[in-house]
Order: sequence, then structure tokens, then C-alpha cells
Amino acid sequence: MKASEICSILDAKVFNEIDEDLEIDSGCGCDLMSDVLAFNHNNNVLLTGAVNPQMIRTCEVVDTHVVVLVRDKQPSEEIISLATDADILLLGTHYSMFEACGHLYEAGLRGEEIQNDF
Amino acid sequence: MTFDYIVDPTEPERAGRASTKFKGVLKELGVSPKVIRALSIAMYEGEINMVIHANGGNIHCEVDADKIRVIMKDSGPGIPELDKAMKPGWSTASTQARELGFGAGMGLPNIKKWSDNLVVETEVGVGTTLTMEFNLT
Repeated sequence: MKASEICSILDAKVFNEIDEDLEIDSGCGCDLMSDVLAFNHNNNVLLTGAVNPQMIRTCEVVDTHVVVLVRDKQPSEEIISLATDADILLLGTHYSMFEACGHLYEAGLRGEEIQNDF
Repeated sequence: MTFDYIVDPTEPERAGRASTKFKGVLKELGVSPKVIRALSIAMYEGEINMVIHANGGNIHCEVDADKIRVIMKDSGPGIPELDKAMKPGWSTASTQARELGFGAGMGLPNIKKWSDNLVVETEVGVGTTLTMEFNLT
């Protein structure tokens, strides 16, 4: 699914100008960065309510290039700037986490299988 | 080639800068994306641990022809129950760390998962040194 389709499905606001033609393989809804680091797959979209610099750094580390802030959460200028520097498209939606994930799932986006291989 | 970083504990929200900087270095060196991703995740977990548990520390990275070694050394409280800390879900993290989305007890297990070799040396009251290796071949 293209990032531009995610924008459209979630009626999303675009906070920075990063390539919206980016193709996304899967989705992940998560507020806990520990879990993103442990279970996330690369090239996915992260839907989150966590709005802090650590969330962007975590995405940079795990190669997530599209982030959707749910429930109309507003990022600070610092977060937008960090995202832009890390080549991460930062979006915002008025939908809740549950609703936003549901809309993307309904449109065909899936999560990756979780590997508990510790 | 060696690269050194200092992890400053005074601004927890800035934790992770060393890992993202070294990730940029590895990209420039042409290291494979798979190795870069594994190393970045492990090093970032270590960096977060340094900030939330150990009052910062130093990171020394060595890039050789066949492997990359990352040595993360702190002078923090040490890990009294290392066997428990290596198990997923066991955590002593503060509320502040949890508010940033960390402290779920996945740090050391995740470092072990992503590195090809991990040695943890720790002494209560003295500090902890993690030595992680990533094979390039």
C-alpha cells in the first residue's frame, strides 16, 4: 500500500514533506517503543499515540519510514524536524488507534507475524 | 576503524543519538542493511539502558573486515540479578522511562536476539559493560 493511500484512508494531515509514493509492506499499532524494537518489521507504517523524540528515533533505528499519530495528537516542531531529518513521513489522523488500524486492515494492509524468538 | 561516543544522561529524551549517528556511518561504509538494522536496534537498546539505568556511559565501536564490535561501558549500579534481566519482561525501570515507552523488560533479551555474540560483564556498585559483535561475513 502506498503512503498516499494511507493518507487518504485515514483522512490524514501531513506534517512534513517526505515522499508519499513510498510503498508500505505492513502495519503496526503500538505505543510501547520496547515492543516496536523487539517485534517490529522494517518497511511498515507505525500507528501510535506516543508523541516524543524517542518514538522518531526508534522508527529511525528499525527502518520505519511512515508514522501516523492517532487521536489528533500534535507533534512539536522538534519532532517534525527529527522526522524530516530521518526521512520519516509524519502523518496525523483524527481516528483512534483502534479505528485507524481497522480502516487500514479493511483496505487490505496486514501486520507481520510476531516472532517470539528470544 | 574505531568510533567513540559519549552517552549523556541529562537529557533522556535525546537518548539514541549515538546509535543513529553510528547507523549513518555504517551506511556510508556500505555495510549491508540487514547488519545495520540489527546493530542499530541492539546498540539503541543498550543506549537506552545506559540512560534509564546507569547515568550514561561510553560507547566504543570497532569496524573490522569480518565483524563489528560495539562495547558499551557504564559506571552505573550494575545488574544484581543478571539471569532475570536476560529474560523478556523483567524490568526495574523508572516511571519516567516507562513514560517514554521503554522499560518493558525487553532490552537485554533484544540485544541478545539481534547480536551475533553478546558478553555482559557486570558488578554491583561498579558498572556494566556490554560487548556485542555483528558478523559481516
